Amino acid sequence: MQSVHIVSAYDEELKYLTKRIAAMGGHAERMVEQAISALVNADPDLAQKVIKDDVVLDEGQREIDEKAIVIIARRQPMATDLREIIGAIRISADLERIGDLGKNVAKRVVAVTQERQSNSLFRGIEALANLALQQLKDVLDVYASRNIDSIGFVRDRDEQIDAMYTSLFRELLTYMMEDPRNITPCTHLLFCAKNIERIGDHATNIAETIYHIVTGDQMPAERPKEDKTDRVVLPVHQPAK
Amino acid sequence: MLWGCSLAVQREVRGAGMERMGDTNRADRTGDGLLQLAVRRLWGSRWLLSGGVAGVVVASSVAGSALYIAPAIVVVLLAIAAFAPTSERSLPLPGAGPAEAMSLRDLSGEYLAAAVADPLIIFDRYGSVIHANAAAMAAFGNLAPGLSLPLKFRAPEMQVLIEAVLSGTAAVETAEYIEKLPVERAYRVSASPVGHGTELYVLVFKDQSETRRIDRMRADFIANASHELRTPLASIAGFIETLRGPARKDPAAQEQFLQIMQNQTGRMARLIDDLLSLSRLEMRPYLAPGSRVDIRQVVGSVIDSLGPLAKENGIVVEKNFIEGPLEVAGDRDELFQVFENLMENACKYGQSGGRVVVSIDRGASGPEPSVDVTIRDFGPGIAEEHIPRITERFYRVDVDASRSQKGTGLGLSIVKHILTRHSARLSIKSELGQGAAFTVHLPAK
Repeated sequence: MQSVHIVSAYDEELKYLTKRIAAMGGHAERMVEQAISALVNADPDLAQKVIKDDVVLDEGQREIDEKAIVIIARRQPMATDLREIIGAIRISADLERIGDLGKNVAKRVVAVTQERQSNSLFRGIEALANLALQQLKDVLDVYASRNIDSIGFVRDRDEQIDAMYTSLFRELLTYMMEDPRNITPCTHLLFCAKNIERIGDHATNIAETIYHIVTGDQMPAERPKEDKTDRVVLPVHQPAK
Repeated sequence: MLWGCSLAVQREVRGAGMERMGDTNRADRTGDGLLQLAVRRLWGSRWLLSGGVAGVVVASSVAGSALYIAPAIVVVLLAIAAFAPTSERSLPLPGAGPAEAMSLRDLSGEYLAAAVADPLIIFDRYGSVIHANAAAMAAFGNLAPGLSLPLKFRAPEMQVLIEAVLSGTAAVETAEYIEKLPVERAYRVSASPVGHGTELYVLVFKDQSETRRIDRMRADFIANASHELRTPLASIAGFIETLRGPARKDPAAQEQFLQIMQNQTGRMARLIDDLLSLSRLEMRPYLAPGSRVDIRQVVGSVIDSLGPLAKENGIVVEKNFIEGPLEVAGDRDELFQVFENLMENACKYGQSGGRVVVSIDRGASGPEPSVDVTIRDFGPGIAEEHIPRITERFYRVDVDASRSQKGTGLGLSIVKHILTRHSARLSIKSELGQGAAFTVHLPAK
């Protein structure tokens, strides 16, 4: 993975950074997973736990930042090492944001689940979350294996997530139009869906950072934009009198 | 003084040599073999022997007594060197089996790991993989030697587990490890050092998925079934009320209501069938390894079995299969269900197109070569916003159309489940008014 340095403490420091990133990744995965499960199963206690756990990621990011700055100051890294360290700073920032987004989903659990909602509202959110979580998992697996040959999946799945989000957006709008009582939960769910979609984007960012660490190049630029919610409108029916 | 000592030692050694000779005789050695052995041994220990002989000669000349003893001692020395078995130099006996040759201590850890049915990973004190057995590879993908375990198993409890065993604070540690994606699996993981001072550690995963899944299945079944069965049940209850009340004397209305009730009960029965088969699939998320099926034959028999339905809907089925062997790893019954569900959908919802094209091709669009089966209809097509969602349970593009076609809302969900087990993908291409194409990409391995 990394070349061997004369000063073995340097290697230890770099290894420590990657290990901390992985631990943060594990926490972020867990938080998102639990936030979704709290939402779907209407479990406010689990939601509270997720909100509390966010501190771990904030802490992790701060620690990685400081460590990285110390390494840069002391070792004056070049090439791969420098990319590795800068990459660690960027990935930890993305993971911290993922944690925040997960926390935001958890915060909405109480508002959404105050009254029992129909299962169909949550099925879409769950499917979207599964896609985003799979994206995060696969990306972090690539961080472990450094095998960037298979990184093409990131783009495909990003596309799927965006398509799913657009579809969900439409569905939630329909529910709101059907019955004004749906507006409160559906608005919250809309934000949850947006948060999950953003989690997918952060995972894609991480993949780009990993690609840069390993190759020194930018990932091929074509970035599909399937999120068409900026154009979604539903026809307004006048209520029958 | 010196002389007496060395003589006593030589007698003892000679005695031992005679006994061993007896041993070798019992081992049915031929005389020729013995002679060869003696020569080989003498040659092998020539330096020691010459030293010994020189020593004896010097010693006896210094002692200055009984000159005739010296040659005798030399002869005895030679005989001992030739026949006394020496452990480090002995050649393996022709009759000795491998069981004797390989003791437990020399057993390769790799063989032992391969013999364990549970996933097992051996790692060093930096947490890097040394060896992962086949079960671990199957469960967690490529665990190449050198891969850092804390980077691969990122769940907080696994981090704690690996850290604890590496720091030596505990001899054996266990943790619960749950993987949610792509299929849910739960393991009880134990980590422990291997032997003493080897600086090797081992992770063993005990699969607990089944017990968890039974719980989940029960909860899921009740949630889904209660919700989806309530609708037809409510309608039946309503009609019974009408039949006993206002429609008591109206045979025409009675006939009509009974027909609706029959449809509803039929729907409930189908729903239960589908829920059960989905639950069964969720119970065993892995595919039985090793079974292979001929895709051409499976697709062909699906087309045959759905012939009546196609005819009823006025659909002509066109086949477009490539030549050559088309075997893939998979379960015949499950794949049959996949293509049956897809074909059924094509016949029902693509009715207006009048034809369905089934093609089998080799694909290279994905990360690895695949066998692609495409079922294309020419019906109204599916609107873009529904495509990502139609494999969800009970998701219906058009509730009325689905009900009138006796759909349960579970068909594509079952398809997706089965394909996940086969590491296969489903891609859907459709535009409104252009029909729909469902392609199954099965890995060609």
